[in-house]
Amino acid sequence: MTEPVTSPTSSHEVGKADSTPDLWRPGRKAMRRQMLDYVATVASVAAGSILLLVLVSILWTLLSRGLVGISWATLTRTMGPPGSGGGLANAIIGSLLQTGLALLMAAPVGLMCGIYLSEYGRNGNHFASVVRFVADMLMSAPSILIGLFIYQLLVVPFGHFSGFSGAVALAVLALPLIVRTTEDMLRLVPTAMREAGAALGAARWRVIIFLCLRSARKGVMTGILLALARMGGETAPLLFTSLGNQTMSMDMTRPMASLPIAIYQYAGASYEDWVQLAWTGALLVTFGVLLINITVRLSSRH
Amino acid sequence: MTPVSRSSHRRAGFDTVFHGLLWICALLVLALLGGLILLMATGGWQAFTTFGLAFFTSASWNPVKDVYGILAPLLGTAVSTAIAMLIAVPMAFGTAFWLVYIASARFASIVGTTIQLLAAVPSIIFGMWGFQTIVPFIARYIQPFLNHHLRHVPMVGPLFTGPPVGTGLVTSGIVLAVMIAPFITAVMVDVFGAVPPMLRESAFGLGATRWEMMHKIVVPWSRNGMIGAIVLGMGRALGETMAVTFIIGNVTTVGWSLFAPRSTVASLIALQFPESPAGSLRLSSLMALGFILMLLSCVSLVLARCLRGKRQ
Repeated sequence: MTEPVTSPTSSHEVGKADSTPDLWRPGRKAMRRQMLDYVATVASVAAGSILLLVLVSILWTLLSRGLVGISWATLTRTMGPPGSGGGLANAIIGSLLQTGLALLMAAPVGLMCGIYLSEYGRNGNHFASVVRFVADMLMSAPSILIGLFIYQLLVVPFGHFSGFSGAVALAVLALPLIVRTTEDMLRLVPTAMREAGAALGAARWRVIIFLCLRSARKGVMTGILLALARMGGETAPLLFTSLGNQTMSMDMTRPMASLPIAIYQYAGASYEDWVQLAWTGALLVTFGVLLINITVRLSSRH
Repeated sequence: MTPVSRSSHRRAGFDTVFHGLLWICALLVLALLGGLILLMATGGWQAFTTFGLAFFTSASWNPVKDVYGILAPLLGTAVSTAIAMLIAVPMAFGTAFWLVYIASARFASIVGTTIQLLAAVPSIIFGMWGFQTIVPFIARYIQPFLNHHLRHVPMVGPLFTGPPVGTGLVTSGIVLAVMIAPFITAVMVDVFGAVPPMLRESAFGLGATRWEMMHKIVVPWSRNGMIGAIVLGMGRALGETMAVTFIIGNVTTVGWSLFAPRSTVASLIALQFPESPAGSLRLSSLMALGFILMLLSCVSLVLARCLRGKRQ
């Protein structure tokens, strides 16, 4: 963008400021306006740079504290008492199991709800607009409340914490995200495509699944992957549902370890090796989450 | 009946089933939010009825005497969110201004994507980072400086005094600010991008500088959208848990100092929960806190929606 030229100041002003009128020299007021523009530009570039710097600082802190802890033993041994050379294997597996199960629950329901909103819930459908609004509300609800909710719903009645309730909490977290991206992506499919399908005599469900969903599959996958990334780093809802576990457990009905919970428990510990494990876990979680995000963003740009 | 009509019958039947299935999934989303609010309300009922209005006005959170008042965490949430907004809004505004009007399109897309990555970092990582970098910085440089210079200033002095521990409201505000700034930036970029180019070009045509175009044309035009973005960011700051838990210090007291350890609604829930057995008055108080947090989050979303909807 070219810099807007500050106009030659009015002769009236120049005449006041200067005895020899030079029409093309900016007057005092014009100088001030340009100064202000300059200051605003510098300030806003600085504001953006601070945000970039924060990201760099976070990554640097994670790398410098966590990288030394990454070893084969950390990845393959289970958590243990301080000084016993424990690792994070059970937390990693617990995280994978819970997010995997959560995705299995949230993805089909989220897809179908998204399809409903886009294909049946266009203009004039009040039920759909309420669902849309509620999905947004659920998306902005603090994640800790989702933990409390699932605690009341699944932990209190059964009397114990479980990996399953952790997965449900994560699924509730991911659901609105999947719903809204699915709807947005399906809306991008041109109406002509639906009409063409209907004209060939295909049933509506066939048109929706084999034409609309197929042509929007890339965007829908993006939404699901972003939901996965969001679930991977969530701590607060798991705190009240799957609780965490020091031993290797793949039983969904018992308390289960997960990386974020392990980080939370170990970060404040007073044992050197536990704190080290927390940083290593933080490094793993962050780079996993960022990797998904970067992949999605790069692939969706084409 | 001909085979054609039978198959078309079956087809219509399947379509109905398909529609019904989708409808049930949509209903499930409604049921989830309904259940969330309902379970919070019933869970907190015991605390509401036991303490009445004193629940909101009392600052003593005392598990020993089994008496709970939530003034301290409510104030903590309000003040830390306010500090976060004071920092985040100018930062997001500047960044959006940079991305939309100053940087070249190619550069802006790279920087914009990178800043959005910041929004993807899990909140517990922000907590650890804040504890590792911001807390020592505040404790070592900012607090001793303010303590030394402002101690005897009337009115302002008490706000900045306190032992230099580094944890507290200001630290939380700073970390919250960098957490929510990417969200506000993203919405502001959209809002600024929606300003009709003709308006901006007219401003330039009249000889306005870029900043004058910004604050005399773009800002008035997109005021509602900007406020919507800010309120949305505020909703996020209100409910942020893990990051704040690391750096707020977690002390349930009320006082003037902005640098003293405090607690927020969300951090109190996260910390007190493991010590609160099911069915206890303490857990009920936490549920009541959760209910209030949910209300705040809902109100902020509705507010943001109303303000954004007005212009379009």
